[in-house]
Amino acid sequence: MVSETDNLLVSLKDVRFAYGEREILRGIDLKVPRGKVVAIMGGSGCGKTTLLRLIGGQLRATAGTVEVAGRNVSSLNTAELYEMRRRMGMLFQFGALFTDMSVFDNVAFPLREHTDLPFGLIRDMVLMKLNAVGLRGAADLMPAELSGGMARRVALARAIALDPMLIMYDEPFAGLDPISLGVIGQLIRKLNDALGATTIMVTHDIMESLQIVDYIYFVSEGGIVAEGTPDELRASKDPWVYQFIHAEPDGPVPFHYPAEALDQSLIGGRSA
Amino acid sequence: MNGLLNFIRRLGAAAVEGVWRIGFAARFFMLLLRHSGQSLTRIHLTVREIYFSGVLSLLIIVVSGLFVGMVLGLQGYETLQRYGSGDALGVLVSLSLTRELGPVVAGLLFASRAGLAVTAEIGLMKTTEQLDAMDMMAVNPIARVVAPRFWGGVISMPLLAALFSAMGVFGGWLIGVVFIGVDDGAFWSQMQAAVDFRFDIMNGVIKSFVFGATVALIAVFEGYDCTPTAEGLSRAITRTVVTSALAILALDFVLTSLMFRGQS
Repeated sequence: MVSETDNLLVSLKDVRFAYGEREILRGIDLKVPRGKVVAIMGGSGCGKTTLLRLIGGQLRATAGTVEVAGRNVSSLNTAELYEMRRRMGMLFQFGALFTDMSVFDNVAFPLREHTDLPFGLIRDMVLMKLNAVGLRGAADLMPAELSGGMARRVALARAIALDPMLIMYDEPFAGLDPISLGVIGQLIRKLNDALGATTIMVTHDIMESLQIVDYIYFVSEGGIVAEGTPDELRASKDPWVYQFIHAEPDGPVPFHYPAEALDQSLIGGRSA
Repeated sequence: MNGLLNFIRRLGAAAVEGVWRIGFAARFFMLLLRHSGQSLTRIHLTVREIYFSGVLSLLIIVVSGLFVGMVLGLQGYETLQRYGSGDALGVLVSLSLTRELGPVVAGLLFASRAGLAVTAEIGLMKTTEQLDAMDMMAVNPIARVVAPRFWGGVISMPLLAALFSAMGVFGGWLIGVVFIGVDDGAFWSQMQAAVDFRFDIMNGVIKSFVFGATVALIAVFEGYDCTPTAEGLSRAITRTVVTSALAILALDFVLTSLMFRGQS
């Protein structure tokens, strides 16, 4: 995708990861250039979220290297990792807002924890971030009073509070109505460009992603099975990509979970 | 034969799991102590938890203390009167409360009111990825969430136990002096003469401090270690109450045998 390695913000080389005996990732190579919006797509349980956690340093790779801004994440100690995370923003699947704090306090949280800025300045910064996601008027609400889409936008404002170099999204479109989905999609693109940040988005919402991202990686069974720009993937004849983009129920990703033949199960099968 | 093997296997697995959890809890406690600095430097975090654990437990402590004292007054007078020692009611009530009932019953109530709330709160924060979000914001959840709740519990518990004992003495006085007619002067003067500050009161305070630390540690650990599902949270809450109650009763026996053995 990119030849100049110095332009890469995130780079994964032959990354493997296992939860105990269960291998999740089997040799992932992935590159994310600065300033781009990159989507990691794939079916549920294929290891997409694990990839984000490896990049954020919440998990350590069993083998291979995960580099962010030229530093090997696996080799960082806690202090160095926290230093790096101050320049990362992450949006969790359902927002993960602090339920005992108002919208304002949620967005102010990283600023208060990591800076000694006076209250007036923090207030202005929080209102600017909330304004960017269209929720300045909701500053005094509590998370329980927000809809799913609004909570996601507040979490987005919180993720960009410290103007991060890298913003990561874990299933940002899950469970949203079509309007909220479009709003979040546009915000992801606009905020990335406005902040000069880099975005990695884990999702399985293909239609929304094709409109806003620069590059897509498809993950299946712990490996990258396809990659390309949205236009390349739309034109792709690869059966795996075709099945995913056209939402075919059966194909390289089987409809049925592996099992013995149906007649065997029904006639000679085990007792209930 | 297979059944027996499975039983042994399950027993072994449960034992290994139990030992592993104790080890993990010990490491967790060390980590908690290491990251406790922020609870002191940003004291408002701890004060907030003292409010939630301590102030919001006041009602149940005050009411329970009063009723326990009243029951002690009734039962104590009934028994003492048989030996013609009804005037010693103040001694019986105050020693029972300061040495045993104050720390133990307040500890059990504290576990079921504040401990349970702390486990539920931390567990729910884990289930809804709030702890992960905090960690990804480069804010250590143990320093920011766990330690203030632990110290809030440690500080609240001795104060609640003292209040429980005070209310109990008041309840005993109410029944003994006001309703039954024990002499007011004898009630207080015998209590003053018999209760030793260092031996009775301070040992009670030490007990309540130990119970507070135990309950607070169990509560934060179970919340932090819970499986992030509805079922996991429910199991963690149950474990907090059951483990706290057993720990308080077992520790009470150990502390009592160390503090009061062979002395009167």
